[in-house]
Amino acid sequence: MPGKLKAKIVAGRHLPVMDRASDLTDAFVEVKFGNTTFKTDVYPKSLNPQWNSEWFKFEVDDEDLQDEPLQITVLDHDTYSANDAIGKVYIDIDPLLSSEAATVISGWFPIYDTIHGIRGEINVLVKVELFNDLNRFRQSSCGVKFFCTTSIPRCYRAVMVHGFVEELVVNEDPEYQWIDRIRTPRASNEARQRLISLMSGELQRKIGLKVLEMGGNAVVGYLQCFDLEGESGLVVRAIGTACTLDKLSNTYTPATAINPCNSSPSKDIKEAGFGEEAPGVPLSSGPPTPLRAQTFSSFSPSKSYSRQSSSSDTELSLTPKTARICLSPSSPTLQSKSSPIPTTKALRSTTPPPLHVSQSDTAMLRKSVSFSEDLLLAASGMGSGGSAGKEAGPLKALLRQQTQTALEQREFPFFTLTSFPPGFLLHVGGVVSARSVKLLDRIHNPALGNTRSYKLLDWNSFTADEPETRDAWWEEIRQEIKSHAKALGCHAVVGYSESTSICEEVCILSASGTAAILSSRFMQDSALDTEHRLSRQQASVFTSGAEKGEGDMGSTASLGFEDLMSPGCAFCHIPYDELNMPFPAQLTYCHCCRRYKVPDVLFTTIDLPTEANVTGKGCLIQARLCRTKKKAQGEGNATAISNLLPFLEYELHTQLMNKLKLRSMNALFGLRIQISVGENMLLGLASATGVYLTALPSPGGIQIAGKTPSDITYEQHISNMQKKINDTIAKNKELYEINPPDLVEEVIGSPIPEPRQRSRLFRSHSESSDEVSELDLSHGKKDAFVLEIDDTDAVEDIHSLLTDAPTPPGFYSCNTEIMPGIYNWTSALQMFTSVRVFRLSNVNLTNQGLNKVFNDLCENLLKSLYFKLRSMVPCCLCHVNFTVAVPEDELIQVAVTAVAMSFDKDQTQENGRQSIDKNLMKAITENEDQLQFPLELSAESSSNPLNSAKGLSEVSGPLPSARAPSVDYSSFTDRCSSWIEQLRLKAHTIRCGSIKTMSSLEKASPLPEGRSRSLRSNRSYAGSSVTVVKMTPLSFIPGTKIIKYLGIINMFFIRETTSLREEGGVSGFLHSFIAEVFAMVRAHVAALGGNAVVSYNMKECVFMENPNKNQAQCLINVSGDAVIFVRESELEATPPQPHSASAQTSSSGEGT
Amino acid sequence: MSVELDVFVGNTTIMDKEVYQLWLNGYTVNDAVKVRIEGGVMEECEASAEVLLSDTMDQFRTFQMCERLLQNPAKLANQLLFQIPPDRQAMLIERYYAFDDDVVREVLGKKLSKGTKKDLDDVSAKTGITLKSCRRQFDNFKRVFKVVEELKGPLVENIKQHFLLPDQLARDYAAIVFFANNRFETGKKKLQYLTFQDFAFCAGQLINNWTVGAVDNMVEDMDVDLDKEFLQDLKDLKILITDKDLLDQHKSLVCVALRGKTKVFNEMEANFKNLSRGLVNIAAKLTNTKDVRDFFIDLVEKFIEPCKSDKWTATDVNLYLTHYTNSAHILDTFKHQNVWTRYMGVIKSCILRMYHE
Repeated sequence: MPGKLKAKIVAGRHLPVMDRASDLTDAFVEVKFGNTTFKTDVYPKSLNPQWNSEWFKFEVDDEDLQDEPLQITVLDHDTYSANDAIGKVYIDIDPLLSSEAATVISGWFPIYDTIHGIRGEINVLVKVELFNDLNRFRQSSCGVKFFCTTSIPRCYRAVMVHGFVEELVVNEDPEYQWIDRIRTPRASNEARQRLISLMSGELQRKIGLKVLEMGGNAVVGYLQCFDLEGESGLVVRAIGTACTLDKLSNTYTPATAINPCNSSPSKDIKEAGFGEEAPGVPLSSGPPTPLRAQTFSSFSPSKSYSRQSSSSDTELSLTPKTARICLSPSSPTLQSKSSPIPTTKALRSTTPPPLHVSQSDTAMLRKSVSFSEDLLLAASGMGSGGSAGKEAGPLKALLRQQTQTALEQREFPFFTLTSFPPGFLLHVGGVVSARSVKLLDRIHNPALGNTRSYKLLDWNSFTADEPETRDAWWEEIRQEIKSHAKALGCHAVVGYSESTSICEEVCILSASGTAAILSSRFMQDSALDTEHRLSRQQASVFTSGAEKGEGDMGSTASLGFEDLMSPGCAFCHIPYDELNMPFPAQLTYCHCCRRYKVPDVLFTTIDLPTEANVTGKGCLIQARLCRTKKKAQGEGNATAISNLLPFLEYELHTQLMNKLKLRSMNALFGLRIQISVGENMLLGLASATGVYLTALPSPGGIQIAGKTPSDITYEQHISNMQKKINDTIAKNKELYEINPPDLVEEVIGSPIPEPRQRSRLFRSHSESSDEVSELDLSHGKKDAFVLEIDDTDAVEDIHSLLTDAPTPPGFYSCNTEIMPGIYNWTSALQMFTSVRVFRLSNVNLTNQGLNKVFNDLCENLLKSLYFKLRSMVPCCLCHVNFTVAVPEDELIQVAVTAVAMSFDKDQTQENGRQSIDKNLMKAITENEDQLQFPLELSAESSSNPLNSAKGLSEVSGPLPSARAPSVDYSSFTDRCSSWIEQLRLKAHTIRCGSIKTMSSLEKASPLPEGRSRSLRSNRSYAGSSVTVVKMTPLSFIPGTKIIKYLGIINMFFIRETTSLREEGGVSGFLHSFIAEVFAMVRAHVAALGGNAVVSYNMKECVFMENPNKNQAQCLINVSGDAVIFVRESELEATPPQPHSASAQTSSSGEGT
Repeated sequence: MSVELDVFVGNTTIMDKEVYQLWLNGYTVNDAVKVRIEGGVMEECEASAEVLLSDTMDQFRTFQMCERLLQNPAKLANQLLFQIPPDRQAMLIERYYAFDDDVVREVLGKKLSKGTKKDLDDVSAKTGITLKSCRRQFDNFKRVFKVVEELKGPLVENIKQHFLLPDQLARDYAAIVFFANNRFETGKKKLQYLTFQDFAFCAGQLINNWTVGAVDNMVEDMDVDLDKEFLQDLKDLKILITDKDLLDQHKSLVCVALRGKTKVFNEMEANFKNLSRGLVNIAAKLTNTKDVRDFFIDLVEKFIEPCKSDKWTATDVNLYLTHYTNSAHILDTFKHQNVWTRYMGVIKSCILRMYHE
């Protein structure tokens, strides 16, 4: 179908002097789209030409509109010889194709030349007129929105989350097919830039088609990568999560407008997208509704209900359990496993009072009953899905969609999201990852010339006879990931990502994610808002009925919300079966709710769920490893690498564990492990944010053991070291404000007179859990806790443990979006990229030596960052993203992109939070005293209803099972290995704290806070003619509200120089290139009408140099979402309070 | 083993004022690091020398990249490469164009040519300011000179507009341009005691009163070139010394006015004719370019030095010049009142400024 693309060239400025004689330039412009080219007149003798051209009109297919960039070339007219190119601008017009994004592109674009960099600017106007296309067989997917953001974008709400979409496209790399190998740098670079731009467009279009097929309208968490495979070609691949998003209507804007000014803008932002839905107008809740109503009824007239439930006996609970299993997303295997569980539980329960057991079971019972509708659905899903696979059956039931195609897409229940609408993520199993080492050979290319995708559209039709393609490789890996997830009793993988590392003809493919159990809440599309409202009403009834004062109001308000929000510990509860754990782990009862089992350590690739209960602050934890490898060719090389990988991963894991313990933390979020391969070494870098999850047991210390205790000096050495470690741990506890005993005490100490046994039960639990860590030492997981000093590796570990310099005062760092424990961000933010390349001059380095070098490199880099940003103190480096590479034999390259954000030192707010928290807890416990079965109740109210409401029974929660993290190296053939990090889960109860806390917090603080912040942020930048564009790798900007997403930014640049010295050497060259990339990103965003880029990511930075020839080349690929944000202060100006009660509730809910 | 490449790029360009100053001062990276270490940043921020070196190199590189823009400050505001908040931009520009009085004093009134630039190492040696910094300053003078040379309108305004400089700095540059254009001699030994600020003040006086711009403000070079007609008219003042009656009359009027009011009355009375001749001769000779160049040295030789040797105080000078100027107005036969006022106004303030006790 046709669309009309119109472009107008307005003017140029700051052009370079092209005519030495006159010191001027005779510039004209060529505008090209597809095969059509227009030219402007020559504007003679000026460095600031005013072309003011007519509108150039291109009539094109929308398919082309999606694939092709608009190419603008600025040239210098030369009468006697060929015209000299000044530079080019590529404009991606995709943002204009979606009605909700930008409508016009207008602004100054830097004119870019791959040899000279930016050479002046050009002012361009671009518009698109699209005609409606009703052709069902169209190849275009205009209108599908793309977001790099890995959460539901701020001003949308998720109606449905359809699932994983992926695509890849391959082509010859022009760089390597250059005629006769005579490479003309400019032509080659431009061909590459253009090709990649085309391929990205095509890829996006194809993914869009898949999304449309699935019934979605957007891709969230879109991640596109390039593999420069050298002679074997160029692969562009992308993954994402298909969703159906609804733009929040303006009616709600005021509501959100207030709410950003609450104390925790970050959290707020993440949830608001969802929270706004709370007023529930067009709600799409699944079948769970009846359940919801039920839950609530069970809650408010609590006594009768709870009595009833308590009376239910174990038998009863058994029945529903089976029912539950059918509909739950657990796999059939689990199903069979689960039947013994009640028994074992009963057995176990001999020790603890049986009451407890029956309780949890009854809770379940209710759920399962309410789930009947779900059940039906699941059943029907089974039916239609046929034998689609027993394995995937329940999963599919969960994810079911009407269409067959959609079903097939579910082959991979992966989600690239890292944070979720509340209530979506039920339980987290642990990190799953898979790697595979492949030998690259020429990509089989059946169709000549053109870009061609080798996608096998239907995974199921894949057969081994097909020529091996990149698709097949990835499928293999994804299958493995899937099976790992299954082994963890999880049906989905969240926070999923894929990456490659290529060295010569060896390629390592990696994929990782977090096994999880999700609620079907967003996977079904019937909208039943009536029930929703109903439950809300009940909630408010309850509220008014409550005898408590203000504080309670807060809490009840949030209670009303609980159907939307999982409580702070639920996600920690293990999803797998305690008796059939895929790895050894130590389970204890959740320290929050005391009902469900949690692992002792939890590793995940996702962001910290906003509702999570965290003690103290978090910090960036990195494991770094460097291993030498013999130079080898082809197969031998691949084998060598495969053999090394498991050890590398194992050591990384051990290092992470030790560092985690050293900081007295028990969970990692945002874990990202990068393995990079070079000719003669392998680099491994694992980064994550460590936190202390309140629900998990407190980690034991690190104990050092010597193997030969005979020698006294040796013993002394060890005890010295032990002392050092203990001191460090103590120091870290203080630094990160980790003070868990208090909390435990509080919970235990809370007066719960009636259920005496139960409270005793708790105590015994907590005791046992404390013991557990000690027990650990003598138990299986030695490597995590006991460092044997005889072991050279251990020495190395200890060394690296102790050499990690603490962050300077006033600094915090994390690689996730938000830092637990910091709430009062100011609007000061500084995004930066830093790159270092280190040359190893000593070729005969040992592993230890290499390790030290690499470790120091990273540490020093961090130190430099802290120093650079010292003026922003107190501040936190968020989303610290390290990438390592081995560009050449003796080079190690480390690139970091992160954002530094200041926060108000003023901790009163936080204290306020804590005290409110405590008050609430008291209130709650008191409240509970009056109820007959308080614990049960609160469990119900806080977590269960939620889960069930989502149409998912507490699959995993009620199964008290589990062990801890482990490494699974079972599968390595040529595929290297995969390890499953385990995690934990937990239940909830008493501490519905986080929710309440937040909402009351919001009450307490928001306005003044918001104002002060706005004062600060209002510092105007008047006087500059250039729009200030903020950039951040986060999905939000503190103190602001994103009001519009303008489209995805996905840019690829190459820069080359043949006069390296003259440009300031490698540093000067790269410095200006990165600055230019930033400038071009900003210019494109400004031209779309935006003032910020969120979820900015530098996905690729390939740097090559040849100092002897005075040459260097660099490729950079960046992406992000262009947005318009407004400051809260501006929003506050509009009347802040929404009037309806429900709106109020909603805003307080969002606040959390 | 070495760090081969080390860059840091912020979306908002990070610039440390202190490091910027070190860069402007022409320090090498290593020297700058030393200065910073002595300044105590390290203790403040728990940094190591390595970190400091990396930071300094990085910033120096940033400044180098910015330098091109700083040379055309108007560009800085609408370039896209560096995102710099406007207040920072203003700081960068102001400091980039700031100069050392000692340096400018050396080149003041000289032709801003390559030859002069070559002599900058002497300037550097004499002033103790790095050659690099001297060159930057010299290039700034030259750049401003070239740009405003051919512009219409008031000099100071033009400088402000094209280089986005604050008022005082723009005035200083105007003085430098004015001196360079008229090639006033300032290097003679007798003038060594005068500072740049003295000359800048005088330049201001001359620009405001003696240039074409003082009468007509829409001509080229209006503030750079002296008003030719006025210089021509100055010849008429000669009558004050050539006409014996007039001279005596003038003298007696001044003596009457000053009697009893100054301790150096006798010296004044004895020297009156000499002094008056000196001043009027300066006026009469200003039509010759050569004599324009010697304007300041003439003032010193013909007026300031004689007074000094007679131990006049600044007050005495002031008193004398006031009455000397005013008395001429009372002379019936003296017809050139306007020219006299325009001339003496400038002379008086210049002399007062140049008269250091």
